[in-house]
Amino acid sequence: MPLLEIKDLHVEIEGKEIIKGLDLTMNPFEVHALMGPNGSGKSTLSYTIMGHPKYKVTGGDILYNGESILNIGVDERARRGIFLGFQYPMEVSGVSVENFLRTAAEAKEQKDVPILAFHKALTKRIEAMAIPQSFLDRYLNEGFSGGEKKRNEILQMAVLLPQLAVLDEIDSGLDIDALRLVSDGINKLIKEDHLTLLLITHYQRILDYINPRFVHIMVDGKIVKSGGYELAKQLDKMGYEWVKEE
Amino acid sequence: MSAATVEELEKNQEQPADSSYVFRSSKGLNEDIIREISAQKKEPGWMLAKRIESYNIFKKKPIPAWGPDLSKLNFDEIIFYIRPEDYKAMKWEDVPEAIKKTYDALGIPEAEKKYLAGLVAQYESEAVYTNLKKVWESKGVIFTDMDSAVKEYPELVKEYFMTKCVPPADNKFSALHGAVWSGGSFVYVPKGIKVEIPLQTYFRMNTKSSGQFEHTLIIVEPGAEVHYIEGCTAPRYSVSSLHSAVVEIFVKDGARARYTTIQNWSTDVYNLNTKRAIVYENGIMEWVGGSMGSGVTMLYPASILRGRGARAEHLNIAFAGKGQVKDTGAKVILAAPDTSASVISKSISKDGGKSIYRGLVRIGREAAGAKAHVECQSLMLDDKSSVDTIPIIEQFTPRSSVGHEATVGKIDEEQLFYLMSRGISRDDAVALVVRGFIEPVAKELPMGYAVELNRLIQLEMKGA
Ligand SMILES: Nc1ncnc2c1ncn2[C@@H]1O[C@H](COP(=O)(O)OP(=O)(O)OP(=O)(O)O)[C@@H](O)[C@H]1O
Ligand SMILES: [Mg+2]
Repeated sequence: MPLLEIKDLHVEIEGKEIIKGLDLTMNPFEVHALMGPNGSGKSTLSYTIMGHPKYKVTGGDILYNGESILNIGVDERARRGIFLGFQYPMEVSGVSVENFLRTAAEAKEQKDVPILAFHKALTKRIEAMAIPQSFLDRYLNEGFSGGEKKRNEILQMAVLLPQLAVLDEIDSGLDIDALRLVSDGINKLIKEDHLTLLLITHYQRILDYINPRFVHIMVDGKIVKSGGYELAKQLDKMGYEWVKEE
Repeated sequence: MSAATVEELEKNQEQPADSSYVFRSSKGLNEDIIREISAQKKEPGWMLAKRIESYNIFKKKPIPAWGPDLSKLNFDEIIFYIRPEDYKAMKWEDVPEAIKKTYDALGIPEAEKKYLAGLVAQYESEAVYTNLKKVWESKGVIFTDMDSAVKEYPELVKEYFMTKCVPPADNKFSALHGAVWSGGSFVYVPKGIKVEIPLQTYFRMNTKSSGQFEHTLIIVEPGAEVHYIEGCTAPRYSVSSLHSAVVEIFVKDGARARYTTIQNWSTDVYNLNTKRAIVYENGIMEWVGGSMGSGVTMLYPASILRGRGARAEHLNIAFAGKGQVKDTGAKVILAAPDTSASVISKSISKDGGKSIYRGLVRIGREAAGAKAHVECQSLMLDDKSSVDTIPIIEQFTPRSSVGHEATVGKIDEEQLFYLMSRGISRDDAVALVVRGFIEPVAKELPMGYAVELNRLIQLEMKGA
C-alpha cells in the first residue's frame, strides 16, 4: 500500500485555483523530489498535505496509509506521522526551542515527558547535528539566520521521527557546510528511521547528497513530468522553458 | 463629629475604644469608624490625626472621571475595617466555589487557603523567615509590618508616611487610604547595605502584611539595594469589594530597589492603587507587576526621577477576562538631567475583557539628555475583547528623546498552524504562544512566582 496517494487534487486559496488536478503516489521509504518554477504551487501542495485551513481542497483526495485525511485536523495529521519542514518557519517569541520541542514530544506521546531525560536525549541529538547547546534556550526561530531556521526544522524532524516528511526548500539559505550537515541528518533518518520523503527544491545540489528515486516537475498546479535523478540534471542545464514548451 | 485638633487627639492616644463605638454594622465610613480603627491598633495620636485629615480630604475629592466607570462603587456598602473578632464569623463554606477550585488546581496547602480566603488574619509560615530576619537585623535592615513600624519607628514613619511621595491629597483613593489604611510592610535599608535575598511578604503572612488597604513604605538609603516582593498569585477572596493600597518607595542616591507584585483579587473587587517611587541621583527603580483577577483595576506605578542619572524600569502584565477592566500603565516623570526610563506593558484580553494601557511620560525642562522608551503589547484572544492604548508623552526639553511603540493583535493563525503541524493541539498551541508572550515578565519573577503565574494563566485560558 502506498504511504501517500494524492488523486486528482484541486486546491483553492481565496477563491483562486492553485492546484489543478495533481496526482502523486509515494510508497514507503521512497524519496521523491519536487521541482518547479516559482509560483507553480509547490508550497501550496505541502501546506495542503499538512492541512492548512486556508487552502481549500475543492476536488480529489489525499490518502495517507490508505485513509483519506482531508477531514483530519493539522495536529492529528502530525501525530499520525506527517511532518512539514517549512519554507519560511514561523517565529514564536518567548518560547524556547527546548520547551517547544518537549511540548511537541508530549503531544506525540500523549503523555508528560520527563524534563531531565528529554534534555539529555536532546543534548545528544544536537551534538550529533553540530548544533550549539545555546540553540535550545533561544526563542523559537526568533532572530535566527535563514540557515539556523532550516537546521531547526531538521532538529524538530529528528525529535518527532515522522513517517512522512515534506521538506519545502530545506536547502535554500544554507551554506555549503550546513547543506552537508543537514543532508547527513536527513539521510540518517531515511536509513535508520525509515523516513519517506518529499523533497521540494530548486537546486540539483542537494540531490547529490540525498538521492531521490523520482523527480517530479510541477508547472502551474500540475505535475507535468516525472523521471529519475537525470531529470534534475537536465533542468539544471536547461531551465524550465523546455518542460513548459513540451 | 467634627475634625479634632492634633493636640486633642494626642491627648486621647492609647485610649481603648468606647463601647458606644462598637457598631452593629461595619459597612460604610464615618469618623467613628476611623477612630475605632486607630484605637483597635492602639495608635499614637499623630497617626489618628493623619487619618482624620485624610478623611476630610477624601470627602471633598470627586471620584476620578477620566478612567474606568466607577459609578457602581458604593462607599456605603464597603467594609473598611474587619475587627479581629469578625474573622470568627466567616466560614469556609462562604468562599465562592470557583475560588476553592483554583486553590485546588494550584495545589495550595490547607492552612494557606484559609488565609488567602480571608478566613484568618494570620497564618504561621516558614520558620526560615525568622532566621533570615536575624541576619538582616544585624545589618540594621528593618522589615516589619506597617502597624508595628508606626509604634517602633515613629520618626521614620512620620517623615516618610504619606508626606512627600503619596500625600493623602494626591487623589480620592489615596485620601481614603490615608483614613482607613491597615497592614502592609515597612522596609528600611541603611546606607550601603545590599539585601541579597528578596524580602517576600508571601513568606511572612504570620504578620499583618496584607489586607484591603495595606500600606507599603520602603526606604532605601544611598548605595543600598533591596528587592521586595508582595502579593501572591493565588486568588484572594475578600469580604470587601474595594482594595486600595498605597506603596511609597524612596530610592536614594546610587541605591537600587525592585518592587515585584502579583495581585489576584476575586473578580468582584475594585482594585484601585497608588504606587510611587521617588528616585534620587543615579538611583534605579524597577517595577515588575502581574495583575490578575479583580473587576476593575486602576494601577499606574509611578517613578519620579528627581536626581541626575536616575533610572526607572517598568514591566507589567495584565490579564483581563470576562467582565474585567484592566486600566493599567505607568507614569514616569523625568525631572533631572540624564535620567532614563523604559516601560514595557503587556496585556492579554479574553472573553470580553477590556485592557487599557494608560501611560504618562513627562520630560521636564530641566531634564536635558533624558531618554524614555515605552512599549505596549496587547494580545486579544477573541473578537469580544477589547484593547485601548492611551499614551501621553510630554516633552518640555528638545534635548531628550522619547520612543513609543504599540502593537495590538490577535494570535497569529500562521503561528498556530506552525505549532499544530508538530502535533500540538490548538488549545495547547494558544497556551504556548500566550506563555511566550508573558515570558519577558515571568523570567523576571522569582521561580515559584513564575511557575504559579504560568499555571494561573493556563487556568484562566481554560475559562475556569
Ligand atoms: N496565502 C496565499 N494567499 C494568496 N495567494 C497565495 C497564497 N499562497 C500561495 N498563493 C499563490 O499561489 C501560487 C502558488 O504559490 P506557492 O507558494 O505554492 O508556489 P511555490 O511553487 O512554492 O513557489 P516558490 O518556488 O516561489 O516557493 C502563487 O501565485 C501564490 O501567489
Ligand atoms: Mg514555495
